[in-house]
Amino acid sequence: MSPQFSEAFALLPQYLDSHVLLSASALVLGVAVSLPLAVGAARSPRLRWPVLAFASLVQTIPSLALLALFYPLLLGLSALSRSLFGHGFSALGFLPSLLALTLYSMLPVLRNGAAGVLGVDPAVREAADGVGMTSRQKLLEVELPLAAPVIMAGVRTAAVWTIGAATLSTPVGQTSLGNYIFAGLQTENWVFVLFGCAAAALLAMAADQLLGLVEAGLRRRSRRRVLAGLAGLAVGTALALAPLAGLGKAAAYVVGAKNFSEQYILAELVAGRLEGAGAEVSRRDNLGSSIAYSALAASELDVYVDYSGTLWTNVLGRTDNPGRAAVLASLTAELKRRDGVVVLGSLGFENAYAFVMRPDRAQALGVRTLDDLARVAPQLTLGSDLEFLSRPEWKAVETAYGLKFGRARSYQPTFMYRALAGGEADVISAFSSDGRIAADGLVVLEDPKGAIPPYDAVILVAPERAGDDQLLSTLRPLVGAIPVEAMRAANYSVDRDAEKASPAQAARALGAQLRR
Amino acid sequence: MAGAVIELSGVGKRYGAHAALSGVSLSVQAGEFVALVGGSGSGKTTLLKTINRLVAHDEGAVRVGGQDVAAVPPHVLRRGIGYVFQEVGLFPHLTVAENIAMTPRLLGWGAERIAARTAELLELVALPAEVGGRTPDSLSGGQRQRVGVGRALAAEPALLLMDEPFGALDPLTRDQLGADVRALHDRLGLTTVMVTHDMAEAVLLADRIVVLKAGRVLADGAPAALLAETRDPDVRALLEAPRRQAERLARRLGA
Repeated sequence: MSPQFSEAFALLPQYLDSHVLLSASALVLGVAVSLPLAVGAARSPRLRWPVLAFASLVQTIPSLALLALFYPLLLGLSALSRSLFGHGFSALGFLPSLLALTLYSMLPVLRNGAAGVLGVDPAVREAADGVGMTSRQKLLEVELPLAAPVIMAGVRTAAVWTIGAATLSTPVGQTSLGNYIFAGLQTENWVFVLFGCAAAALLAMAADQLLGLVEAGLRRRSRRRVLAGLAGLAVGTALALAPLAGLGKAAAYVVGAKNFSEQYILAELVAGRLEGAGAEVSRRDNLGSSIAYSALAASELDVYVDYSGTLWTNVLGRTDNPGRAAVLASLTAELKRRDGVVVLGSLGFENAYAFVMRPDRAQALGVRTLDDLARVAPQLTLGSDLEFLSRPEWKAVETAYGLKFGRARSYQPTFMYRALAGGEADVISAFSSDGRIAADGLVVLEDPKGAIPPYDAVILVAPERAGDDQLLSTLRPLVGAIPVEAMRAANYSVDRDAEKASPAQAARALGAQLRR
Repeated sequence: MAGAVIELSGVGKRYGAHAALSGVSLSVQAGEFVALVGGSGSGKTTLLKTINRLVAHDEGAVRVGGQDVAAVPPHVLRRGIGYVFQEVGLFPHLTVAENIAMTPRLLGWGAERIAARTAELLELVALPAEVGGRTPDSLSGGQRQRVGVGRALAAEPALLLMDEPFGALDPLTRDQLGADVRALHDRLGLTTVMVTHDMAEAVLLADRIVVLKAGRVLADGAPAALLAETRDPDVRALLEAPRRQAERLARRLGA
């Protein structure tokens, strides 16, 4: 068995567990909410239109966006509840995913439920009235049993959708089979990507088959089939959840990571040190950039690594650039004052945005600096990651140099380098600690006006951990300990095409260097 | 009139601007077999359904067994009245026996009493006992309506309402089932009100015929008396139709 495959397999119990728990809860909740609504919609034409229209509207929102939208909403609600009742709740992970997936699962159940109840033969309805049933008896003994196969078909559709969409809950901090896919895409670990897709597909197919058995049982009025299907679902869910039972003790520390290789490696490094000191650690990987900071400020994460320039522009909303040391110093003071967040210190390297070109192209166009680039930009295509063009850093550079590109395209970071190599993009917004810059011999364009802020990698600690000396003293040795060359090498070992290391292996190698 | 099983006085029902019934007064005595006849849109089905409140009237009063139907919960009222209609409406997810047992079950009868009553009813509507375990989709049209009649009579109602009960059956089955229902009516001492558009059926089965037109009672009486007394050309035409038909049939068949 290939090492990548066995690594993926080792993670399966944990990922499958969370995935099943999440999708099963969302489905149960979705059916519980939708079924009464569907009955109401079938009874009252005035309710029918708005209910079905709302469910259809929800379906048009891309599922990833729906998941992401619940995070700020819940964060606000949690803050409100904390100020009112003294208790907040976690806005990260399970809850936003559950709510978004529940909404997502509702349409097929609503639609089929209403159609099923409306589809009952009017003569049978009249007979139910004629024999003296109350409206409730008519619903429970006649309409619902007759609509059950149609409703069940809706539940099947909802189950398949929910299990598929649950893979998208990874960026809001919920562990799922999507962890394979997101991490695999970032590190070009195709074994992981395929493994995640296959696991989610198998799970969806298994649930669909078992629900199909229940549906067939209801259609043919075979109690044995219904019971067999339900028993299969119960046993499957219990088996998938079994590892969770052993995982009773709560992790002491939660370590976060954003969605790229360097973040995975640094999270592994931080988690490794904490575990080495005897602490329990759980991980929240693949967080969106703004989600990570607000989660830390709300003490839902205990530690993660961010970059000074990102915090400077996105969190503090600053557009000036007073220099590397000044940014770090005022960031440390300001985040402490504003959110109670501790900036433990810089790891010792920068991961700045850098405009990067292929050497042959740069030479042919005579481009060495961003000033030179502005001259030829209208004929060029810019390749950037998904968020760069909407970030304030880009606005700053755009304004400072008057950059106007002919075209701009967005890529996942790994594909961005491919695009540059293949000539689809002439210049890309790369990261200065990326090992691929040196490995591919790429040219980093100079920034003579200092428009791009400094991006020191800094360890951030949550407000609630500000007084945790064990945590602080365990992590403090990392401050100033990682030179940019070491980080580049570690990143490259994960990002390269051949002999790829896993983030965990890269973190161990990096950690071994530090102890020298 | 005291002792009337059904008593309608000045009953009206409107659907928007259209008056389906207006000022209908009618009283039915215990043991009567009444046929409500009239063209489509005459209001005969609406009238029948005001009796078990499948239709709620807007004006006047409907009394069943002396009780105002608007004063009791509809499901309580309906459990005491047998109801048979053309589409039958057997519950497709239940067996024949479970269909027949529905009203007794709703009334909370014991299991043994229900089983005994179900067996009795299958015999009463001339169905073999083994049919009880089958589902409605395995029955012929005639058998289904027999189950429908059995279901209506299960809780021993004194009153039976039928809305075009034999309308969807072939002529032979229709004839046989009509005769069987009339026999049941006599044997069980029922009061029966039947809607039909078939005058021959009305004349053959009913003691009394009520003719409706545009939501009003046009004529009311025993078939022979009605024919002898009425001056209304519509009523006359209706009542004479079966005889003319029978005579033509006899001529053509050379009997």
